[in-house]
Amino acid sequence: MKIKLELLTLGVVVLFIAAFAYVSSSGNHEWSGADGQAKDVISILTGGTYIPWFQSIYQPPSGEIESLLFALQAAVGSLIIGYFLGYYRAMAKIKAGEAVQKGEGKSDA
Amino acid sequence: MHIMEGFLPHPWWEIWFALSLPVVAFGVYKMNRMIKDSRETLPLLAVAGAFVFVLSSLKLPSVTGSCSHPTGTGMGSIIFGPWITSVLAVIVLVYQAVFLAHGGLTTLGANTFSMGIAGPVIGYLVYKAASRAGLHLYLAVFLAATLADWATYLVTSVQLALAFPAASGGVLASFEAFAAIFAITQVPLAIVEGMVTALMFKYIVQLRSDVLVRMKVVSQSTIKKLKEAVA
Repeated sequence: MKIKLELLTLGVVVLFIAAFAYVSSSGNHEWSGADGQAKDVISILTGGTYIPWFQSIYQPPSGEIESLLFALQAAVGSLIIGYFLGYYRAMAKIKAGEAVQKGEGKSDA
Repeated sequence: MHIMEGFLPHPWWEIWFALSLPVVAFGVYKMNRMIKDSRETLPLLAVAGAFVFVLSSLKLPSVTGSCSHPTGTGMGSIIFGPWITSVLAVIVLVYQAVFLAHGGLTTLGANTFSMGIAGPVIGYLVYKAASRAGLHLYLAVFLAATLADWATYLVTSVQLALAFPAASGGVLASFEAFAAIFAITQVPLAIVEGMVTALMFKYIVQLRSDVLVRMKVVSQSTIKKLKEAVA
């Protein structure tokens, strides 16, 4: 189990990319968001009569700025995950070191 | 799974708010109590929240030729349960509704219900059932996270179908139309999310299995078995 899960995850990701490459090469796709496609279905189901009764209070002025905000969201999340996993890892090492120094430390934190 | 701003007519947007609000309110209460009782859970809570942040920001291409995103809620649900996870989901949904025009404030109730409540509840139940059935820990995590993700999108399809029944065939026919977009697109994404969640869970087990045991997420004997397998 030491690195098996990592390899398995890598395998799944590679398969995922392969599927993308295959679908990409085998036809024209918009790669649009599923959320937006649902809007089209609503318009078909209602015969185009449905008008959203409320508009977003803010729209990112361009696709670039939208990407920026998405990237920011991912960056903040990654930062937090990395910080705490690193913190835990170092703490475990320090504790292990202290335990060795004392000869017989209590392993339970 | 974001239902866009203004796209749920009366009375549906109110109904989903009414269903979600008490859950989130109780989630906030539970979260506060948990932090007060055991501050050691705070970093893990931050990690679970950050995990939702990262995964729900990644719009991935799928086999259907369209893009969708994972939810990241499976992990929070396994560790903290669905109540607290609903709060984590609301934070992300509000951010995306306000700054990204993704989802919306009027549809926040419905989106919270699918991503913050229905998905996490399914994930939680699957995890409990799978661990009770004696499945390997990481397999249980994988199944829980995968199905939590997928269930979220099925619920979105149901929500839209209820609000927009087809002229012929009614709710069922329009469910098929919405599920054709969401459910199929989501299958590969859900599997990837399940794998990544299992991997993340492995690292948490390696680093803070003591907290997981104390929170009764994983039993001491399971941890012991995992550590022996590594050694």
